[in-house]
Amino acid sequence: MSVVIVGAGLGGLRAAESLRANGYTGSISVVGDESHLPYNRPPLSKESLLGGVDVAALEFRRKAIVDDVTWVLGSGAVSSDFAARTVTLADGRVLEFDGLVIASGIRPRRLPIPGPQAGRHVIRTAQDSHQLREDLTTAQHMLMMGAGFIGCETAATARKLDTAVTIVALDAEPMVRPLGLDLGAAMRRRHEAHDVAFHLGTSITEFLGDGRVQAARLSDGTEIETDLVVEAIGSVANVEWLEGNGLDLSDGVHTDHTMRALGTEVPVVAVGDIARHPNGLFGGAPRRIEHWNMPTETGKRAGATLAALLEGLEPDPAPFTAMPSFWSDQYDTKIQSFGMPGIATSIAVVDGSVDGACIVEYSDDSGLVGVVGIDRTSDLAQYRTTLMGRTVSA
Amino acid sequence: MIKITVDMDACQHYGQCCFEAEDVFKLDDAGKLTYVKEVDDRRRDAVEAAADVCPMQAITVE
Repeated sequence: MSVVIVGAGLGGLRAAESLRANGYTGSISVVGDESHLPYNRPPLSKESLLGGVDVAALEFRRKAIVDDVTWVLGSGAVSSDFAARTVTLADGRVLEFDGLVIASGIRPRRLPIPGPQAGRHVIRTAQDSHQLREDLTTAQHMLMMGAGFIGCETAATARKLDTAVTIVALDAEPMVRPLGLDLGAAMRRRHEAHDVAFHLGTSITEFLGDGRVQAARLSDGTEIETDLVVEAIGSVANVEWLEGNGLDLSDGVHTDHTMRALGTEVPVVAVGDIARHPNGLFGGAPRRIEHWNMPTETGKRAGATLAALLEGLEPDPAPFTAMPSFWSDQYDTKIQSFGMPGIATSIAVVDGSVDGACIVEYSDDSGLVGVVGIDRTSDLAQYRTTLMGRTVSA
Repeated sequence: MIKITVDMDACQHYGQCCFEAEDVFKLDDAGKLTYVKEVDDRRRDAVEAAADVCPMQAITVE
């Protein structure tokens, strides 16, 4: 019996651990396109940019139960054939499987903007962070495309390095989709207090420079001189290697509540950023959730499901009810959230003010769906308990 | 007994560990993490789960 896990990030690691914890004793091979063992990515936009990237220090602790896992690193999956139960890697190797775990994650979205390529960065891998740090240490100015969490965290880090920062984004306020307009505006004011400049409601139409980005032209005609650009405008799921097998790949991999991929009879599960899965606490609509805690939650469930399927058993039918959670550090501000504030239809500040420490409740017609705390971590636990008590749908 | 160590230089006091093992990890009124340094072997799964969900990977379990 053999399982292939495609993706050597946190989700792939947790799936391997869960397969073993649920009694699967066959072989496990974990395929990664990077040459590194699973490592923690959040520091890549923070500590790693300040002090340098030390991948060994970022590696996740690997439990003894995954000591016998084979790590197939440095060559990603390029195609798969579910009928033959094979995965083909970039270096031509073909791996056979009885069960497959899809943990290939996401990559930064790139826009086809004309102009020079040199000086344009993204942040996803250790290598990305290393290359950005090399440019940042000599840069006077960084242009950030995108005002989401990665963009805002990276902006705050660059200010610590005394690099001037301009953020350009189509959104009305930073982090507006999860936080809403008022809290997003308050976070913008925090960044502005650290001399970050914003051009919101605009996009970049062209990069200018002689062989290397030296300026950007915006949709409103403004030209901004810069030494480097970081593109942090969202992500694309790495699904191309799965095409032709009947899966629903419209946005990641559509799964049921057990993390089993829909559209195939072959034992295939998906985990982490790529899994578009239902959550019974939030109405059961399938969603991809790119929060750090979801690879662990979905990985545990997917490992249990695949272990059962390979034994010829039915997976645990219980709804999936893991609590989404995100957090972010920007300057001295700590943002923390539980639930799904992004699906709310009404937002209320219930304690404090958005420009200081506060708690913000996010609701829809079903009641409370999410909470965000600014520098109020210890007060959020009770909200998590309330959210865990929401009515569960199948 | 299980020995628990938290690297307090790395810990950012997010409190995710508290939800997995609330008898072991707590945030105090000032929002700082406190924890029990030795627990019974029967709590191993919960303590391991707490270490898994630490965003800073600051928890060591022996």
